[in-house]
Amino acid sequence: MLEIKNLHASVGDKKILNGINLQVNPGEVHAIMGPNGSGKSTLASVIAGKEEFEVKKGSIALEGEDLEELAPEERAHKGIFLSFQYPVEIPGVSVTNFMKTAINESRKARGLEDMPANQMLKLIREKSEMLEIDRKFLSRSLNEGFSGGEKKRNEIFQMAMMEPKLAILDETDSGLDIDALRIVANGVNKLRGGENAIIVITHYQRLLEYIVPDFVHVLHDGKIVKSGTKELALELEEKGYDWIKQETVV
Amino acid sequence: MAYTEEELKKELETKEYEYGFYTDIESDTFPKGLSEDIVIAISQKKQEPEWMTEWRLEAFRFWKEMEEPEWANVKYEKPNFQDISYYSAPNKKPKYNSLDEVDPELLDTFKRLGISLDEQKKLAGVAVDIVMDSVSVATTFKKTLAEKGIIFCSISEAIQDHPELVKKYIGTVVPQKDNFYAALNSAVFSDGSFCYIPKGVRCPMELSTYFRINQAGTGQFERTLVIADEGSYVSYLEGCTAPSRDENQLHAAVVELIALDDAEIKYSTVQNWYPGDKEGKGGVFNFVTKRGICEENAKISWTQVETGSAVTWKYPSCVLKGDNSIGEFYSIAVTNNYQQADTGTKMIHLGKNTKSTIISKGISAGQSQNSYRGLVQVNSRAENARNFSQCDSLLMGNRCGAHTFPYIETKNKSAQIEHEATTSKIGEDQIFYCNQRGIDTEKAIALIVNGFSKEVLNKLPMEFAVEAQKLLEISLEGSVG
Repeated sequence: MLEIKNLHASVGDKKILNGINLQVNPGEVHAIMGPNGSGKSTLASVIAGKEEFEVKKGSIALEGEDLEELAPEERAHKGIFLSFQYPVEIPGVSVTNFMKTAINESRKARGLEDMPANQMLKLIREKSEMLEIDRKFLSRSLNEGFSGGEKKRNEIFQMAMMEPKLAILDETDSGLDIDALRIVANGVNKLRGGENAIIVITHYQRLLEYIVPDFVHVLHDGKIVKSGTKELALELEEKGYDWIKQETVV
Repeated sequence: MAYTEEELKKELETKEYEYGFYTDIESDTFPKGLSEDIVIAISQKKQEPEWMTEWRLEAFRFWKEMEEPEWANVKYEKPNFQDISYYSAPNKKPKYNSLDEVDPELLDTFKRLGISLDEQKKLAGVAVDIVMDSVSVATTFKKTLAEKGIIFCSISEAIQDHPELVKKYIGTVVPQKDNFYAALNSAVFSDGSFCYIPKGVRCPMELSTYFRINQAGTGQFERTLVIADEGSYVSYLEGCTAPSRDENQLHAAVVELIALDDAEIKYSTVQNWYPGDKEGKGGVFNFVTKRGICEENAKISWTQVETGSAVTWKYPSCVLKGDNSIGEFYSIAVTNNYQQADTGTKMIHLGKNTKSTIISKGISAGQSQNSYRGLVQVNSRAENARNFSQCDSLLMGNRCGAHTFPYIETKNKSAQIEHEATTSKIGEDQIFYCNQRGIDTEKAIALIVNGFSKEVLNKLPMEFAVEAQKLLEISLEGSVG
């Protein structure tokens, strides 16, 4: 599904990613962990196509197609979804209107007609119930005045609506209390399986109790320094990241 | 790939004026220049009664003594008023009984403007009085209106057919010597619309006028007079588009609204005059005086979407003379490239318990300058006057400017005045967020701008709101930065 080869990326003169290799197959959940500043969010942004970051070397391919020349919206049309660590506010644009626009733009790119209103309504109802989202919430301006938890839940709601092939969750657990975390994880797990793949970026092991990963990778200085199964996450929780850092030096 | 601030700016600048075409229709045009003779000639051309000619001459004499105002936050080369032709009318003057008789080129122009008459007739009960280069060439739905006693015609016709009404009200809200441009307009106004709603009548349809400058080098001096008699209601729509032109064109309109006791006037404008090219060359100078007077319990609501013109100088105002009268001003002003707008309103509270609301949304892109200028004045006998003002500015890029000049003058202690203002910028992060959801940059900007302008767009009549939304998209296509 996703194949990253020897990826180097910088912002300005600053090198952030220094040769990432990652293979994500359909149906898999990968967790990417690592200390602050290790390049986790940058990796997410680079996959999504944020212009600020310059890819110096290497490649990213989705289902065998090189993404380099594709604009962020084209990547989205191909099924890449990024749940933002800091979702932005768009005053005056309701969650519903935003979703309607997003879904129809993606459909248009695939040569499909706009989704009929009743179908859209059904979809909204289904997904908002799944994530225990109040109907009133959907008429509010996108992220404006949302609490940290509401913003994250809204991201997952959008993910559920758009049914992406590859979802990247960037620090989705930050700002969530335990109940919200459970609801969000439940939403993510519903998407799981079949052909979809998920990359979970997180600091802590906590989220991984709810979204159990198939693989865990540790990022340090822009490189994946260790990969393993879910047990690795537990080990990290116990020993901290210094252990990894030292190991790298050795 | 995705996009940077620099690319956005570039995209922004490549937006061409959509209605930039010129219709070649034979015209009857006066020689350039302005003098008493020209004023008299205009009046004669329109076969006006003597009192009207005198009124124009009086205005001309005031104008000669006046100076062009310089206080607005705009910079432009002042027009040479002797280098303008003050009258231009399409040659095929007679009114048409059916569309077949209309010059096909003119019809084509209408079609390109998206206002084909036959479609209009069928659609949603909108009567359209089209002013093309100063003379009305088509009026529809007159009959339906006539049955209710509503008069909706060109001001020239009104001067002929309803002189008593025109004589009674013209210049009562905007006097001849009100300001430089109003005086000029009073002297040379070529045509415009006239509307009278009789007592207690609710106008059954939106009255709509499309203005359009079409003759090279001719200024447009429209004069509009709307009178809503006691207890009546009317919603009036004014939409403008103009073909592109190299030299600057002067547009100095006057609109007067009279809302008698318990009457309500809703006046909506979509202004899309040619804004000039991306280097700031050409474009319309839009110096407009719009004002309404409210008698007891009356209400006037101005809604405007201003996207065009190189220079805009416009302050639709309400004189809240009667007790319990209400004035509203809802505005979206968009400036791009080198456009300059200085626009806002004046709310003059004279009566007791008068209320006014001002919602202004300014959107600046490119190297444009967008100013809100508003006056809220409460007179000594205006007990319990209330005003709420909100001025929001949205910036795209870092070469444009947004300015707010609120003036508050109150002579009555019971007045309650609130003013809120915000400034924000469309950020790359917002755009990227939309992009990531599959929404391309142009659509993202349209979405953000429409969200920003929502409170005002909601005030527009339905069919106009759709058009206005499209216009916002066109005006800012590919912009931000």
